[in-house]
Amino acid sequence: MLLTITYTGNDTQDIGYLLYKNPYRAQEFRMKMGTVYAFYPEVSDERTTFALLLELDPIDLAKGREDSGEAGLFAYVNDRPYVTSSFMSKALASVLGKAMSRKCDKRQELADSRMDLEARLTMLPVRGNKEILRQMFEPLGYEVTYETFPIDETFPEWGESPYVNLTLKGRVRLSDLLNQLYVLIPVSDMQKHYYVSEDEIEKLADHGGEWIKSHPYREMIVRRYFPKTKSYARKFNELIGIGVDGESSVNEPEDISGFEPLDTIRLETVRDEVLRMNAASVIDIGCGEGKLLSLLLQDRGIAKLAGADVSLSALDKAKKRLGYDELKLNGDSRLELFQGSLLYKDSRFEHYDCACLVEVVEHIDEARLPEFEKVLFGYAIPRTVILTTPNREYNKNYEYIGEDSLRHSDHRFEWTRAEFRAWTEHICEEYGYSVEIKGIGEKDDRGMSPTQMGVFRK
Amino acid sequence: MKIEIPEFCLIAMVGVTSSGKSAFAGKHFKEEEILSSDAFRMMVSDDENDQSVTADAFELLYAVAEKRLSHRKTTVIDATNLRKDDRKKITELAKSQDVHTVAIVMDLPEKTILQRNAGRADRSIPEKKVRSQMSAFRQGTGKLKEEGFRFVYFIKSEEEADDAEIAYTKLWNDRKDEHGPFDIIGDVHGCAKELKELLGKLGYVMEEGVYCHPEGRKAVFVGDLCDRGPENMAVLRLVMPMVRSGYALCVPGNHDNKLERYLNNRNVQISYGLKNTIEEIENENDDFREEIRDFLRSLVSHYILDDGRLVVSHAGIRQEYIGRASARIREFCLYGDTTGETDDLGLPVRLDWAEDYRGSAVIVYGHTPQADVKVLNNTFCIDTGCVFGGKLSCLRYPEKEIVSVQAEKEYYKPVRPLMSVENDNDMLKASDITGKLRITTSLIQEIVIPKENTAAAFETVSRFAADPHWLIYLPPTMSPCETSQLDDYLEHPAEAFSYYKKNGVSRVVCEKKHMGSRAVVVLCHSPEAAAKRFGVRDGSRGIIYTRTGRRFFDDPEMESGLLDRIDAELTDRYFWDDFDTEWVCLDTEIMPWSEKAKALLKEQYGPVGRAGREALRASISAIEEVFERGISSDDTEVDLSALLGWYQDKLNDINKYVEAYHEYCWGVKSLEDIRIAPFHLLASEGRCFCYKTHEWHLDMIGRYMVGRDIVIMTTDNLIIDIDDGEQTAKAIGWWKILTESGDEGMVVKPERYVTLNGGHLIQPAVKCRGREYLRMIYGPEYLSPEHLSRLKKRSLSCKRSLALREFSLGVESLRRFVSKEPLYRVHECVFGVLALESEPVDPRL
Repeated sequence: MLLTITYTGNDTQDIGYLLYKNPYRAQEFRMKMGTVYAFYPEVSDERTTFALLLELDPIDLAKGREDSGEAGLFAYVNDRPYVTSSFMSKALASVLGKAMSRKCDKRQELADSRMDLEARLTMLPVRGNKEILRQMFEPLGYEVTYETFPIDETFPEWGESPYVNLTLKGRVRLSDLLNQLYVLIPVSDMQKHYYVSEDEIEKLADHGGEWIKSHPYREMIVRRYFPKTKSYARKFNELIGIGVDGESSVNEPEDISGFEPLDTIRLETVRDEVLRMNAASVIDIGCGEGKLLSLLLQDRGIAKLAGADVSLSALDKAKKRLGYDELKLNGDSRLELFQGSLLYKDSRFEHYDCACLVEVVEHIDEARLPEFEKVLFGYAIPRTVILTTPNREYNKNYEYIGEDSLRHSDHRFEWTRAEFRAWTEHICEEYGYSVEIKGIGEKDDRGMSPTQMGVFRK
Repeated sequence: MKIEIPEFCLIAMVGVTSSGKSAFAGKHFKEEEILSSDAFRMMVSDDENDQSVTADAFELLYAVAEKRLSHRKTTVIDATNLRKDDRKKITELAKSQDVHTVAIVMDLPEKTILQRNAGRADRSIPEKKVRSQMSAFRQGTGKLKEEGFRFVYFIKSEEEADDAEIAYTKLWNDRKDEHGPFDIIGDVHGCAKELKELLGKLGYVMEEGVYCHPEGRKAVFVGDLCDRGPENMAVLRLVMPMVRSGYALCVPGNHDNKLERYLNNRNVQISYGLKNTIEEIENENDDFREEIRDFLRSLVSHYILDDGRLVVSHAGIRQEYIGRASARIREFCLYGDTTGETDDLGLPVRLDWAEDYRGSAVIVYGHTPQADVKVLNNTFCIDTGCVFGGKLSCLRYPEKEIVSVQAEKEYYKPVRPLMSVENDNDMLKASDITGKLRITTSLIQEIVIPKENTAAAFETVSRFAADPHWLIYLPPTMSPCETSQLDDYLEHPAEAFSYYKKNGVSRVVCEKKHMGSRAVVVLCHSPEAAAKRFGVRDGSRGIIYTRTGRRFFDDPEMESGLLDRIDAELTDRYFWDDFDTEWVCLDTEIMPWSEKAKALLKEQYGPVGRAGREALRASISAIEEVFERGISSDDTEVDLSALLGWYQDKLNDINKYVEAYHEYCWGVKSLEDIRIAPFHLLASEGRCFCYKTHEWHLDMIGRYMVGRDIVIMTTDNLIIDIDDGEQTAKAIGWWKILTESGDEGMVVKPERYVTLNGGHLIQPAVKCRGREYLRMIYGPEYLSPEHLSRLKKRSLSCKRSLALREFSLGVESLRRFVSKEPLYRVHECVFGVLALESEPVDPRL
């Protein structure tokens, strides 16, 4: 991976003093993760280019270093050895640490002044829309240009690669440029090669505390810097004193004007329906992370509650959310959680007054619905079933959903109102239930609800 | 004195303290059969006399008793059991476990007991207390039979106690020592004519007025001999002597039971065609009526035959009831599994116990008429509604062959027409595949799959797998050959040859390894065959699925189009006739790889190639600029020209890597762009070809499939003798040519599909991948010496063990499907392969 910085002006060789790297020598630095080569492809009074070439060992990346005992983090076939990533940030910090802290014994004045600089980042991965590069760098005073590439010119149908060659031009202090690159490279890539611990908050404050604070896209920058740890983003904001009392910029659209997300409305509607039927035992099949269960758990009238999901990771989250292990430890047997599938007959689904299937049926292949129907309505035979599923006709209201696509990549189908009605009638006919169909969520101007709900009674 | 008790029962010792219960039990029963209250007191409190822990001790004792009985182990409860309440607990436990109870009452003279008590140094109790126990004993022991004890024995003296001898009797239903062969005949319902015809067809002949089989076969009637039909007495006249002479067995049906009650003058509602039977009986003399009554009384609810491998019962039997006896089991055998509700036609709503049946014994029953014999999970319902104008059917055992005769006419109008049999109630149960699995296979005795693996696979199979009815096989993973000792190679065919040589194989097949995606093809000759044999009724006649059981093609037309083309070849070349089959299962590879691996190419392979090429080019030109400036390497601590050379090598490597994956990518616009290469003909009706040679497989595929349609590709191969250096050199040369021109490599297989060395299964195949291809696995630069030396430290043992286990499961699932085992038995193996795949094994192997 390669990064170059070009200084244009007079006596541009002086950049060597700031970088503490002699323009007439090439140097190499051995680091834990690989080797950094520092050299100058171009040196003249008017124009000097400094290059940092970072060489990573692909086998060490994949296997973990032979002597370290650590497991590898990456596949053998991996872009990391070639792209400008968090490895480069680390290399900057260790090879150009003095320059980053704006300290220079010989040219402090130059270090403190704005210079005409041009940075060129080869193969920078950009997650999502590449326009964020402008959002990130333009407010910091750079002229941004970038070159994009197809994944493979032989197969144009594979589309555009995530990488750009990015050029930043600006009249800025060298230290600012380096610090901004240190932060914004992983913000673009949204990946780090190391375990992100709480120290990372402090580190971000060191390298970006000041300029992030006044950056118009600071929320996006902080969020992307901590893609997996939202709490760190919040702590960072607190640390640098933004977003605390109401003047924050972290306004998710959901928080505006009391708008309630559909998910919440849906779960509350289902809960109300359960309470209305006075069910003493309820099973939530496809319980996911246990949101509905946590609502139902609050109602002491429900003596027996169970959640089943086919996904182990979802069940783990549900266990945490519901404090399942503590409940068990205290001898509370009101709630049971278990792995179950609607395509396998399961005696653990039996003997419930009410079964809830919230946004579940659309995840089952249509060809396999008959088995699902048997398992639920033929064998488990709950007294009542509350089942919700998207209303496909409503999708027109979502900008991000194309004409023929579905709301979620794992949805195997979505039903129109007529299709849902026909299916519920088939269930009633075949398994001796009656049904009532309702809409959930705010209606659009055609009177269409986003979610449809069927309440079946035996 | 002889004490006769069933070989499986619950025995209660009854008697006051010092009456010799423990001594008696200890003398006549095995130590592990005896649960003594003293021992349990000791267990919970270190003191067998501590009366304060009695409640806890008994709780534990009954828990153990229950577990023992559930495992069908005779159990003796050694406690005083003086109070009625105590004994009630015992009879209730027996009832819940469907087991007979025995009371052995120690009724010794009071004097003897008091003397004994006084003489017990360790734990004599006050005489007053013994006397009060004795009075309780006298009050309670008179009515033990009424309390529910089936067998009651009184031991009156010490001599009797010493001389007593326990004789075990078999349960009435235990006919395990009868091995047949049997002809099990469905509900006759007075259809004497059809019965005679059927017996004739089965080869029975009349000898001295009784039907018997010259080869010693035995008929077994599943009951409901009478009612509704025209000649009830004739049927009884035929069957009763057969049973009496030992030529037949008979279990009672609900109609037989009702008739018996009628003959015993019990209050019976006369309906359901009982009327015509009664009318016929009215014309018979008392002796015959008596004979019928005795016959009916002698019938036993169900029989266990042939060492427990066959069970016959009128209305079927739950797995846990087999080999037990109780009123509730008798009821079940007569009437089946009913909810007690009736449907809109007034017929009882039946639960289908057979759907849940997972036992290995074959269960044959009647009771519910269907148009055809219904087979489900090792159970056969052979009531084919003769009296309703259907058929009278027989299941021959052990042949499992069905013989039927058509009813002459409809003798009795059914409430609803006979339903056609749809064997689609073979619902899989979560309990079939969750938790730790132990799967017995013919190649590896027991394969144990930990519950973490089954949980992971449970999710995968539920979310992504195709209809399990189609999934009769999943291919195993394949290990590479041992790591090559040669400098420039990670893998080389020489290692494969030496592996097989070491394992006693002399001939091997080298097959070109197609670089596509593994696919299993299941194809039926017609949608009807798919419905009949696979229970798939959506009108399709086959499937193509991946090695994880997912449908291969998203586009159903692509799938059916490819199936049609394979079928066209098979049909044209008389495959269906030659193999006398309506379905076939093939192991294949489908090209191009890019068709299935698009996501991988777009997200990993392509981008790495792009980033590598751009970054290396940019780096090279940056280094070159330094040279252009005129700085010589001598001025620096870095050898820039070495660095430049190294980066040029890297660029060269990445270009080769891109070329390597390009080989396996092409656009697919229509079916014409797809290639399929079958290489195993796995199975067809009645036959699994896992024991044939690979030469045979390739030969059959050549003969029936490849060569005409360009979409169906041949698999180039070379069969060599590995002891012949010339031949191995030729094979290695061939491998070099293949891999240098971009092929993935080759697969080396022993001559025979399944090969053992000293009783141990050896690898059914090992792969030798090409040098260029491996760039896609180990990275573009893996061949540089400093990388290669590290990569050579790899261990194959996990991969190889996994390959063997998966292979055994694959062969086993085919074997089970071919021998028509139930779906859950086939699915278990297929699921097992998926579950094993979640084991952490180096994915690059």
